[in-house]
Order: sequence, then structure tokens, then C-alpha cells
Amino acid sequence: MAIDSETKTSKTGVFSQGRAKLAARTYRTDKWWIQPAITAGVLFLFIVYATYRAFENGKYFAAPLISPFYSPCLAQNCVKGSTSFVGTFFGTWHVFGMTVSPSLFILIFPLAFRMTCYYYRKSYYRSFWMSPPACAVAEPHKKYTGETRAPLIIQNGHRYAFYAGLVLNVFLTIDAVQAFRNAQGQWGHMSVGTLVLTANASFLWLYSASCHTCRHTIGGRLRNFSAHPIRYKLWSWVSVLNHKHQEFAWISLFGVAFADFYVRQVSGGSIRNLYFF
Amino acid sequence: MARTMKLRIFRGNSKDGGLQDVSVEANEGEVILDVIHRVQAEQIGDLAVRWNCKAGKCGSCSVEINGKPRLACMTQVASFDEAETVTITPLRAFPVIKDLVTDVSFNYKKAMEVRAYEPPADLKPGEARMQQIDVERSQEFRKCIECFLCQDTCHVIRDHEENKKSFAGPRFFIRLAELDMHPLDTIRNRKQSAQEEHGLGMCNITKCCTEVCPEHIRITDNAIIPMKERVVDVKYDPLRWLGSVIRKREGIN
Repeated sequence: MAIDSETKTSKTGVFSQGRAKLAARTYRTDKWWIQPAITAGVLFLFIVYATYRAFENGKYFAAPLISPFYSPCLAQNCVKGSTSFVGTFFGTWHVFGMTVSPSLFILIFPLAFRMTCYYYRKSYYRSFWMSPPACAVAEPHKKYTGETRAPLIIQNGHRYAFYAGLVLNVFLTIDAVQAFRNAQGQWGHMSVGTLVLTANASFLWLYSASCHTCRHTIGGRLRNFSAHPIRYKLWSWVSVLNHKHQEFAWISLFGVAFADFYVRQVSGGSIRNLYFF
Repeated sequence: MARTMKLRIFRGNSKDGGLQDVSVEANEGEVILDVIHRVQAEQIGDLAVRWNCKAGKCGSCSVEINGKPRLACMTQVASFDEAETVTITPLRAFPVIKDLVTDVSFNYKKAMEVRAYEPPADLKPGEARMQQIDVERSQEFRKCIECFLCQDTCHVIRDHEENKKSFAGPRFFIRLAELDMHPLDTIRNRKQSAQEEHGLGMCNITKCCTEVCPEHIRITDNAIIPMKERVVDVKYDPLRWLGSVIRKREGIN
């Protein structure tokens, strides 16, 4: 039985003075790197696709379907028929001679909601920033201050992004309802696009309703549930959804990308929006 | 059915040490603590290991098994392949005393920094009355057995020794949450002290504490995030602040 004497070079973290003299950054034998790698890959692909679509500035409307990346369409340069019923607040912007995509005016809000989301924070801190890459796997950073100072202190504004997300959910729900029309605007029809937009809106509501901020706002901040029985009941329901927040975060992310892709294909003429009735 | 188990056990102290290879008999139904005891009885008489209840309730036998913070008494031998060499080390976030025993006094110092429960001044002993729905959140946190696995896995102190001064760790965030949610606790600035004195803002919610908790306390979802939201109420939300000024809401001070 030989003692394995290993050379220790670093003096921080698990190699700090006084801690067990062990050479490896981790002794985990499982494939701990798979999960952060998959998360990083999927989020990266979504970012690339969403960025491309946000700047494409086209193929986002095929009556009665509008892409969730462009709804509500609040710019004057929105394609005919896609303009939101609330108006075109933003007019038409030009930067370096190029027309700014209407998508850029609204995507900032869901982006802020997801960037500050407690679940996504876990995901990207682990997979992109490796802080830490996995549990009990030493992180590569020399210093760590968490969310105590700029820029990460802004994560404390998650509730405002949540409120903005709720407003967008309302618009996307209206889009889903309006998809119960045909291309001529007559009500009482239903197509594959109707299902796609309805599913997208439903997933987004589930993602918002299961949010930790929603749980706090609706009742979590109370000390005495017994004095607020209705809020306690609502809190209990949201708590059930909150258990599945991670799943809803992913489903709604895929849902919104798929809804946009579907509308893009219909708008571009690659596929036909099949009507059931 | 008996099998031979290959182990690599840390032997040493705070000055020096390394991993020692050991082969030991393991029987069906045994846990890692059993085989450590057999090594101690048959091969390495001075192998140091802290243990007590052997039932997952005292939190004494916390070690790292194949790099994961776990209770030795709750880790089945059967969960490892026969060909596998299992590495057993002490908790790597704390100073080692000898072999598998670490100095966890950091946690007791942090415990003392949390102000104790303070009931209303006019409440006499035996008079406290609370409804079940008002205490059920806190009861989850009372399941804590103080094994300190959550403290060990938390990268804020595991990977940054210098943060130990300003960061209490997940075990004490559930204590703070328990007190802040307590219907009869009269201390109203626990949110502020959680952020300013106990380092709640350093937590980046990577949920490792929840993953390792042997009592399955949902530390992050039920204690840390609710406390972060409560801190936002009093420190970072201008609308809540305005509401507190106008309506003088309870807890916003």
C-alpha cells in the first residue's frame, strides 16, 4: 500500500493551505462535463438562430400567422398586415443606412427575462462561465464576487423583466387567437399554424407562471399565509409549477424557436399552412 | 455475497498526505462507512473517520466519494462496479485534521453570527400559537442535519478561501429563510443582514447545495431564491420601496 505523493502547485480553492493535499481539481468519475456541454451547445445554437432571425427583417408574417420574434410589430416598416393593433410607436429607424428590424425593439424583453431567470442563471453560469462547471469541480477563476456588484447585480431586476414578459405573453396569446382565422381574415378556421402559435403561447405562460419571481409576488413574500388564504392557495399552485420551471424554460425556448421557424417557412413559401377546417 | 472492493483513501493531515490504495472485503447490503470501518479494523488501525449514527441522521460521516460530497453511511457499496476503484477523500472545502476528518468549525462560527429567533416581548412561554400553514415552509428547513455537504460543495467558499469571511453558505441561508418566514419572529432586518452581513448576493444559484443535500431540502428553490426575492423587495425594487413609504408595509424597513 503505497502512499500516492502528488505535487501541489496552486494555493487557492481546494488547494488552499490546510486543506487535504490532493492534486486533482476533482475526483469525480462520472461524465460531469456532458450536461454543461449540451446546455452550452443548445443555448449557443438558439442564440445564433435568434440573432439571424432578428436581423433578417423578413419572412415573419403569413396571414394570419405572425412570428413570436416579431410580435407585437411596433415599427412603421412592419410588413403590411403585421402591424400591432396598439400602434407603431417606433416609426422606422435607420442605422448606418440600414433599416432597423422591428424584432429588435421587442426581443430585448424576453432576452432580459431569460437572462435574469433563476434557472437560466444556473445554466449559463455553469456551462458558459464555468462558475462552477459542475458540482465539486473546481472553477478556473481566481476571484469571485457573485452577484454583489456590476454587472451581475442587475440580476436583481428579474421581476421587471418578468412583468415585461407577461405583457408580451398577452400579445402572443392574442396572436394565437387571431390564428383561428383564414388568410382572408374570416373567423372559425383552424390550421397547423393555429396549433403552433397556441402551443407557443401556452408554453410561455407556463414558463412565466412557474417563475420564482411569480411565486414570490403571488404569495411567497408573506409571513402569515393564514391571514391570506387566497394568496396561499395561489402560491401553492404556483409552487407546483415551480418544481417544473426548468422543463418549462426549455420547452418554451424550443417552442418559440419552432413557432418562428414554422412561420418563416410558411411566409417564404417553403411549406403550406395546412387548414383543418 | 462478498466481493473485494478497491479503494483509494486519503491519508494525511493539513501539512502533508496523499491517496493510499486499499483492497478490502465488502458484503451485500453494506455501505461505504462499513468498508471504511473494516479497513480501520483490519489494515489501517489509525485511520481517522468521524461517524456516529450510521443512519443518515447525525451528519457526521460527510466525506467525498468519487469526488461527490456524500454521507458515507448512506452510500451503498452496490452502487459501484466491482472493477471500479472508489476514491474517498475528506471534505475539500475545509481544513483537514487527519485522514477523513475535517475541521468544520467555520460553520459553527457562522451559526453564531445569525441572530437567534426573537419572539414578541409580551409573549409568555407556552403561549405561542401558530397555524400549520404558517410554519410548514420553515419545517422543511428544520430537517437539516448539519452534515455541511452543502457548505462543502458551494463553490463560493470551496474554490475561494478568501470568501469565507463574508459568506455564510447555504446551510445558514436556510436558517435565515426559516427565521424570516417565521410568523412570530420580531427581527425585521433579516433580509438586509442576509445580503450585507451573510453574503447572500454572492450565491449565483448553481444549485449544487440542493443536489447534495441528503435530506432533500430544496435549498435553492425554497430558501435561497425566496430570500433573494425578499432582499430585492427591500433593497433593489424602487416600486416596492415607494409602496413601503406610502403604505408603511410590514417588513419593508
